[in-house]
Amino acid sequence: MSLVIVDSGGANIASLRHAFERLGVDSELTAEPERIRAARRVILPGVGAAGEGMRRLRERNLVDCVRGLKQPVLGICLGMQLLFEGSEEGAVDGLGILPGRVARLEPKPGLRVPHMGWNTLDILADSPLLAGIGVEDYFYFVHSYAAPVNGACVASAEHGRRFAACVQKDNFFGAQFHPERSGPAGARLLANFLKVEA
Amino acid sequence: MLARRIIPCLDVRDGQVVKGVQFLGHQVVGDIVELARRYSAEGADELVFYDITASSEERAVDIGWVEAVARVIDIPFCVAGGLRGLDQARAVLQAGADKISINSPALENPELITALAREFGSQCVVVGIDSREEGGGGGREEAVDWWVKQYTGDPARTRDARRRTLDWAREAQERGAGEIVLNCMNQDGVRRGYDLVQLRRARGVLSIPLVASGGAGLPEHFAAVFREAEVDGALAASVFHNGAIRIPELKRALRAQGLEVRPCWS
Repeated sequence: MSLVIVDSGGANIASLRHAFERLGVDSELTAEPERIRAARRVILPGVGAAGEGMRRLRERNLVDCVRGLKQPVLGICLGMQLLFEGSEEGAVDGLGILPGRVARLEPKPGLRVPHMGWNTLDILADSPLLAGIGVEDYFYFVHSYAAPVNGACVASAEHGRRFAACVQKDNFFGAQFHPERSGPAGARLLANFLKVEA
Repeated sequence: MLARRIIPCLDVRDGQVVKGVQFLGHQVVGDIVELARRYSAEGADELVFYDITASSEERAVDIGWVEAVARVIDIPFCVAGGLRGLDQARAVLQAGADKISINSPALENPELITALAREFGSQCVVVGIDSREEGGGGGREEAVDWWVKQYTGDPARTRDARRRTLDWAREAQERGAGEIVLNCMNQDGVRRGYDLVQLRRARGVLSIPLVASGGAGLPEHFAAVFREAEVDGALAASVFHNGAIRIPELKRALRAQGLEVRPCWS
């Protein structure tokens, strides 16, 4: 199968599969390391808490598998956060593919947490993931923890503070928002990922 | 910057979208999937589906239409109606819903909020509150109080939940709700504007997102509730269903007034 979605046990996988179906692409949902390694492209989804997410990857013996992937990998929402060194959420260690730690967005007057709704991006670096995507495009975010803006960050967003909205390092890509629920702009990002040289 | 959300609400009964006035006398509006597709294409930011009779009939929401909706739309949607346990919630989320909203079952068992938030994350746990203004009077804002109603899907079973709205909203937040939808029943279906006083008070006690519901009749009502009550989203049903307000025009009007909304004309 050319596109594999890692069955990391989260509940948002149906939406993701439907989004690829709307792009005319079938996907395989699997937790088998050899199936994942054999894919042309890999999606690492995830919702919920970081500790739970890592525990599920460990239980399924997927930690080393994901770390060792050479094909394009796209982490979405928690799936992107797990690519980092660790998260303040449950003081958990992540996959350590990207530098930095994920930290909580702190509520303050006028600033709601979770960051829930449609927000725009600031494009910080060229990335094939962001082809045709501009500052006027809105994406759907739902999260209470956020990754730092550092060398791996190709687009940031703002909610009380700046945080990484899209990341890329080598073959690893990530989106903090849900492209599968972000209208035409989200569909474009997923289509961009499908075009990344495998 | 985070955009304010425009949220059509689709009340579902017997597999179709219906609309009633002040929760009574329902009329069929149309097919669930067709309406979901239409609102999504018109620029709705999110959809809420309430299976309005599930809770009072003591049954859970039907999964078939949740899957059908998830397949056709590319915006988030929330499903409400009689969800009483983790397994039912999981089934709805796995069918493709982004959030689940609980109302009467949370009043029966507040621990359910905590359990759902722990299992699926706060971000997908919405607590819906049906609230009615009582007492007070004399036009004095400080004398007004609001009380929670339960089982509002069936007028014969609707009853007082014996909780103050603001207390319950705060408790839901503390228990892990990721968002509150506050339905102001005095305003529901009468199109005289959102209950700005009540929503402002609720905004004041919450740090999580708040969605206004009940009373939208004119585009100005949306502008007022965003500006004066600082809600994150505004939900409406009949004005969208009957074509009185079209979402692209509403969003243009809001944007012209300097309110941040996601454009839907691009």
